Amino acid sequence: MFGRKTWMAAAAAAAMIAGPAVAQDAIKIGNTMPYSGPASAYGTIGKTIEAYINKINAEGGVHGRQIEWISYDDGYSPPKTVEQVRRLVEQDEVDILFATLGTPTNTAIHKYVNAKKVPHLFVSTGASKWNDPSNFPMTTGWQPNYPTEGAIYAKYIMENIEDPKIAILYQNDDYGKDYLHGMKMGLGDKADSLIVAETPYEVAQPTVDSEVISLKSTGANVFFIVATPKFAAQAIKKSDEIGWEATRFLNNVSVSVGGVLQPAGLEASKGLISAGYMKESTDPQWADDAEMAEWRKFMDEYYPDGDQTSSFTTFGYAIAITLQEALEKAGPDAGPEEILAAATSLDVRVPILLPGIQIKTSETDFAPIEAMQLMRFNGESWEFFGEVIHAESS
Amino acid sequence: MAMSDETMTGGASGSAKAAPVPKGRAAAAGGKSTLGQAVFVILLLGALALPFIFKNFTIFQMTMLMVYAIAILGLNLLTGINGQFSLGHGAFYAVGAYTAAIMMENLGIGYVWTLPVAGILCFVVGFLFGLPALRLEGIYLALATFALAVATPQFLKLTPFEHWTGGVQGIVIIKPDAPFGLDAVLNADQWLYFFTLAVGLFLYWLARNLVRSRTGRALMAIRDNPIAARSMGVNTSVYKATAFGISAMFTGIAGCLGAIVIQFVAPDSFTFALSVAILVGLVIGGVGWLPGALLGAAFIVFIPNVAEEISKGLAGAFYGFFLIAVIYLAPQGAGGLLRALVAKLGR
Repeated sequence: MFGRKTWMAAAAAAAMIAGPAVAQDAIKIGNTMPYSGPASAYGTIGKTIEAYINKINAEGGVHGRQIEWISYDDGYSPPKTVEQVRRLVEQDEVDILFATLGTPTNTAIHKYVNAKKVPHLFVSTGASKWNDPSNFPMTTGWQPNYPTEGAIYAKYIMENIEDPKIAILYQNDDYGKDYLHGMKMGLGDKADSLIVAETPYEVAQPTVDSEVISLKSTGANVFFIVATPKFAAQAIKKSDEIGWEATRFLNNVSVSVGGVLQPAGLEASKGLISAGYMKESTDPQWADDAEMAEWRKFMDEYYPDGDQTSSFTTFGYAIAITLQEALEKAGPDAGPEEILAAATSLDVRVPILLPGIQIKTSETDFAPIEAMQLMRFNGESWEFFGEVIHAESS
Repeated sequence: MAMSDETMTGGASGSAKAAPVPKGRAAAAGGKSTLGQAVFVILLLGALALPFIFKNFTIFQMTMLMVYAIAILGLNLLTGINGQFSLGHGAFYAVGAYTAAIMMENLGIGYVWTLPVAGILCFVVGFLFGLPALRLEGIYLALATFALAVATPQFLKLTPFEHWTGGVQGIVIIKPDAPFGLDAVLNADQWLYFFTLAVGLFLYWLARNLVRSRTGRALMAIRDNPIAARSMGVNTSVYKATAFGISAMFTGIAGCLGAIVIQFVAPDSFTFALSVAILVGLVIGGVGWLPGALLGAAFIVFIPNVAEEISKGLAGAFYGFFLIAVIYLAPQGAGGLLRALVAKLGR
């Protein structure tokens, strides 16, 4: 069946494939993502990163080195994450871990990767604990964390609202408390006097209507909604129905027009203030933007099945470029230590982030994005306004 | 070969002995039990040598395999031996895991002591759950236990318990090192492997003796014919609730070990998927055949990875394909397949 010619051709082909890689070892990058299970929508982020790494490799790699991307499915289940990350570290011997997704999943491996001294870069979660260089020198965050966002609203309130009386509705878990904490930090000494009411709700509750009514009765003129989509929609709708004329702030988690504002009523949502850090692919104001055009070209070429209206594909693209910047900075023949050092001393502009937002890290600050821009809902779409606000304090 | 008859009563004849003997083949029984012992000794020697041959990651995987095997063993006692269904064993696993985490991290108690506490606690929880469940048969019981599995992660997140459970954030556990100066020879992974192996062997011995005892026969009689069992003087209510308790105890101890090995517990670790995984392991290993737990555990630990290796996008589909293939090729699980093979060879 296989003549000598076939073998020779095969050998030649193998030599061609192996050729460039022989020169230098590939950089091995490990990752876990929920490709299956309840959070499988996030899997798109992993696929976008993979597509971007294919692009880097096709264009000759970083400093001539190819990147080997090993991404395993953890189904958003912490025990599975532990297994997969141990496989990555001990069996695949990856140089670094990158963009592992989820708060409980990353919590499960937090101590392990730091004990093993494997750089654990740009985790995809908004919790604040990833910025803790003294206790966890291997782990860095990426997106603005929840306290940062809370602090940004606090800053705006203090500067723009006369005699603010703040009422807060928050989800009773880490995520909700992170926002609350950030808001209080932003308000500083005045937190106790300015916040007139803070009411938690449980995820198991059917509605938050009664909480909203009781918050209104405190006479507050600022209403901060820290809620996941379903409850955010209820709070927006109810606060409008009862004619509460407060300035309403909505956390970034629930800014989806289709998923939250439409169910709440577009008219009822008018005037909401929130904050963002990335350009939305569906936003008409970026239709002619050069960075968005570049991103669309990448999507068409390397990830044609990808959903160009999803924020997960822009997220994956931007975080992958951040990694590329870190690898470029680390220099040729960089090992894990050099890559970590480079990733924690970045000061670069990454496409898709809003104009004026910079990726910035230092030895004592492992939170790359700490600036956001405020936006107001005009009844149809979100409109950015004002300057980019920095909250490096948190 | 009278496979269809065996299907109905296979559990009964199979579980009566660890090395199962099909009916009407008693003559070969002596030979087969020697074979069974030989296999056991070889497996044990292999298990003892394994941590010195493989990398830590493999040792960790094998430890998790044993942990799941203990959980499956627990479910087997309930389903295979007593004929009650449960889709909620993930809940008992979670109770065991949280017992370990809370005792170790909040109370600062040594990990060894968490095992008996988790076992007793899960026995009580299982027994109490088993009492009202007595009125439910078959699929209705399956649904009641399903509710238990779905409710557990939410209970773990509730605010009143947050001080203990850590809420959504869960609890991080510090991995124990080998005691008595053994840490010079064994690293933490190797030690936990041997620790789990010892606990697993003890529990297996316990389960085997239970099945062979008077109680075991009563449990099987209830499964095969509850009316006959009752008329023979077996107190079905007490035995069924006890079976639930013992089964929960095994699974709870597995959860306790699992938490120590994984070093982390969180509500998201104990979703309904875990209960299903334990059930899948039980069916794959062979309902009613105790050693099958190991094979079932191997399936739920390794097959998802194999499926993912084949195709990331279709991992779930390939997992389903493997599952169907196994069910089709070995309708009584690995236990049934082995029995059929042994019967054929012995002919």
